[in-house]
Amino acid sequence: MASSCRRPEHTGPPDVFYNEEEAKKYSQNSRMIEIQTQMSERAVELLNLPEGQACYLLDVGCGSGLSGDYLTEEGHHWVGVDISTAMLDVALDREVEGDLLLGDMGQGIPFRPGTFDGCISISALQWLCNADKRSHSPPKRLYTFFSTLYSSLARGCRAVFQLYPENSEQLELITSQAMRAGFTGGMVVDYPNSSKAKKFFLCLFTGGTGVLPKGLGSETSDRTVANQVQYSGQR
Amino acid sequence: MSHQCHPEVILATEVKVNEVEFNPKFVCRMIPKLEWSTLVQAADQLGHREELPGELVPDYEKNEDFLKKVHRVLLEVEVIEGCLQCPESGREFPISKGIPNMLLNEDEA
Repeated sequence: MASSCRRPEHTGPPDVFYNEEEAKKYSQNSRMIEIQTQMSERAVELLNLPEGQACYLLDVGCGSGLSGDYLTEEGHHWVGVDISTAMLDVALDREVEGDLLLGDMGQGIPFRPGTFDGCISISALQWLCNADKRSHSPPKRLYTFFSTLYSSLARGCRAVFQLYPENSEQLELITSQAMRAGFTGGMVVDYPNSSKAKKFFLCLFTGGTGVLPKGLGSETSDRTVANQVQYSGQR
Repeated sequence: MSHQCHPEVILATEVKVNEVEFNPKFVCRMIPKLEWSTLVQAADQLGHREELPGELVPDYEKNEDFLKKVHRVLLEVEVIEGCLQCPESGREFPISKGIPNMLLNEDEA
C-alpha cells in the first residue's frame, strides 16, 4: 500500500494525528462534514431511540462535534469524549451544544451506572486496536472501554459504532471484547458489495431482546452479511 | 483495573450560565439517575443551589417550578474553570475552557 493511503491509526497516536491542521478539516472541508453527518444519521437510526423523546447520549470520539450537531438537531442532549485537544478546541469554536470531556476511551468511561440512553461513535473505535504506548494492550483497553461503557448505559439501550476495521482479526478482537463486557449484538454492514459505500456499524445491546438490524443495500448479499455477523452474533 | 472515578465534587473559579430550552419530560427522566444529595451539594458549591430542597420532593413530575430549578442546575450552569474531584480517591481533574480533563497518568490507568 502506498504511504499516501496509510491508515491514520498507523501514523501515530490519535492525540497526535488529530492536530490543529487535521482538526481544521472537520470545520472547513464540506465533503468531510457531509460524510461525518451521513454516518451520524445512520448511527442514530440504528440506535432505535424511542420516538419523540429527548435522550441523553454519549458520543465517543466526538471530535469537532459534527456528529453531536446532528444529535442536537434531533433534540437530544449529549456528552462528547475525545482524546484530541485540537479537535475539542474546534468543537468549542463551533459552539456545540453538548458537554465536552477530554479523555481516553481506552481508560474507561467515567460515568455513573445507567447514565446514558445510548452511545454513538463515528470512526473512532479502530484507534483502540493500536498500542501507542509500551504499556498499551489493545485487548485490555478494549475491555476496559466496553465494560465501563456497558455500565454507563441504561438497560435496554444500544451503542452504535461506525468503524473502519483493518481486517477480520481486528473485527473479531473488537466484537469479542464487547461480548466479554456483557453486550450482545454484532456487526451491521451497509452496502457490503460496494467498495466505496461499504460501511461497518458495530451495534451493541445492553439487554432485552435486540434483533440486529439489516445492513442497507444487503438484500442480494445475504452470504456476505452472514459472514460478517457470524463471530459476533452467535455468542 | 482502571481507575473508576465518578467525580462529583466541584471546585469552580469561573462559572457560566447558558440558556437551554426547558424540556420537563427530559428533566423528569434524568432525576432518577441522579444522586440527589450530590447534585444539591455540587449546585451549592457553585453558588447556584436555586433553593433546591435537601430531599427530593415527591410527585415532582407535575411540579414545574421544581423541574425548572433542576433544569437550571443540570443543564444551564456550566463550570468554565475549576476542577472535579473524585470523592473516593481524592484525585482531581482540572476543568479548562469548560472541558474536564479526565486523562489518567500511565500508572493510574
